[in-house]
Amino acid sequence: MAIKDKLSGNEAIAVAMRQIDPDVVAAFPITPSTEVPQYFSQFVANGQVHTEFVAVESEHSAMSACIGAEAAGARTMTATSSQGLALMWEMLYIAASLRLPIVMSVINRALSGPINIHNDHSDSMGARDSGWIQLYCENNQEAYDNLIQAIRIAEHKDVQLPVMVCYDGFITSHAVENIELIEDEKVKAFIGEYRPQHYLLDRDNPISMGPLDMPAYYFEHKRAQAEAMKNAKRVILEVAQEFEKLTGRKYGYFEEYKMEDAEVGIVIMNSTAGTAKFVVNELRKQGIKAGLIKLRVFRPFPFEELGKALSHLKAVAIMDKADSFSGAGGPLFTEVRSAMFDYAKDTKAVSYIYGLGGRDVRPDEIMSVYQDLLEIARTGQVKSTFNYLGVRE
Amino acid sequence: MTKERKMNIREDMSWREMPQGGHIIDAGNAEDFKTGDWRSMRPVWLPDKCKQCLLCWPVCPDMAIPVENGKRKDFDFDHCKGCGICVEVCPFKAIDFVEEGK
Repeated sequence: MAIKDKLSGNEAIAVAMRQIDPDVVAAFPITPSTEVPQYFSQFVANGQVHTEFVAVESEHSAMSACIGAEAAGARTMTATSSQGLALMWEMLYIAASLRLPIVMSVINRALSGPINIHNDHSDSMGARDSGWIQLYCENNQEAYDNLIQAIRIAEHKDVQLPVMVCYDGFITSHAVENIELIEDEKVKAFIGEYRPQHYLLDRDNPISMGPLDMPAYYFEHKRAQAEAMKNAKRVILEVAQEFEKLTGRKYGYFEEYKMEDAEVGIVIMNSTAGTAKFVVNELRKQGIKAGLIKLRVFRPFPFEELGKALSHLKAVAIMDKADSFSGAGGPLFTEVRSAMFDYAKDTKAVSYIYGLGGRDVRPDEIMSVYQDLLEIARTGQVKSTFNYLGVRE
Repeated sequence: MTKERKMNIREDMSWREMPQGGHIIDAGNAEDFKTGDWRSMRPVWLPDKCKQCLLCWPVCPDMAIPVENGKRKDFDFDHCKGCGICVEVCPFKAIDFVEEGK
């Protein structure tokens, strides 16, 4: 029987970490992720986990310590936000290229400057090419579920890549919601024991990690890393199927909400999907065929699946809670539209950048996006491809 | 000649064959990689002045001074990077240090 509880996103993540009981957690506090290591360190102090908790002096050190621990053969986790993730930057790439399955919660917060502590996706979106798998979560339940699945995905022998589990700062991290937890022993059985193939503390099989890689070899190692990310696509679905058997909760690359007969739709990530579903329901009451896709897996990018899922729409808005300052839409827009070029050529696509720095996104604003889409669907004309939603013009 | 190891990494291997992450899964394979061509300065062993004290041997960072039966031989130039530490420690000025290519 599942355990019913009421937890904030950060509490849920800390509980999942207690159940996972990693060998090492190295973390540095930063709003709004601070509570994760804070709650978790209480579990350490209470002796509820066997984890070695390393209180480091910066996020660069946090990720470096995680890399060292994971390379040594320890199951390792951490959490961060915004500038903390930015300070980890060079080490993120090293974790991925050394093929170390570290699992990290990224509690999404705007990047400075100007300095701001509230939610958008500029931190994790900036790390999208670091070689980490990225899972995005609408609410605390998904954050909890994704973190547990992340261990299995990361450590799979065909993957061996680090995973970021991203959820919205304050909105998800600090809001208390109902949640269904899995029993401790079932989580333990689901994730299993960590048995790395190669690790530094294996004294019978000494190895070296991180040697200089010259032009004759570097490219091959990057190619293998790219293949691991492709393999992750298969593994993510396999783990999701097993997780569904355990919990009844279904996960894929993305959630399709009332998409079957939809004519207009939006693609969105994380907590705003909840607001947008409310808007879809309102539109459906008026007989308007609206739908939405909430992307869960951004890395690896479900190119073909997402492209095909949009092919029957007349118009789609791709909504980014981060600007890439390309002058041509946000990062999600660029990639989704690229997929549509092969699989949804007849669907008109427009970009909306919204909610930067924690700007509230109201249902009437999402409604205005659908109204724009209905206008595009009716006329076949796109007046404005690149748009900002909720900014004072 | 390359020694037989758990895995000999070669330049004709595909990415599918190599250990992931660039890990070196067994010890001592630095020998397989000829890194001596980075050298800009070249140590020259002068056997006439050499007293075989072997003070040069332990300081070489690249194990490029082969020793057999308690006596050093000429440098292993496949691996010597020309750092000149051996030149500095030699009490008998038995190692010359010249620009490579001269």
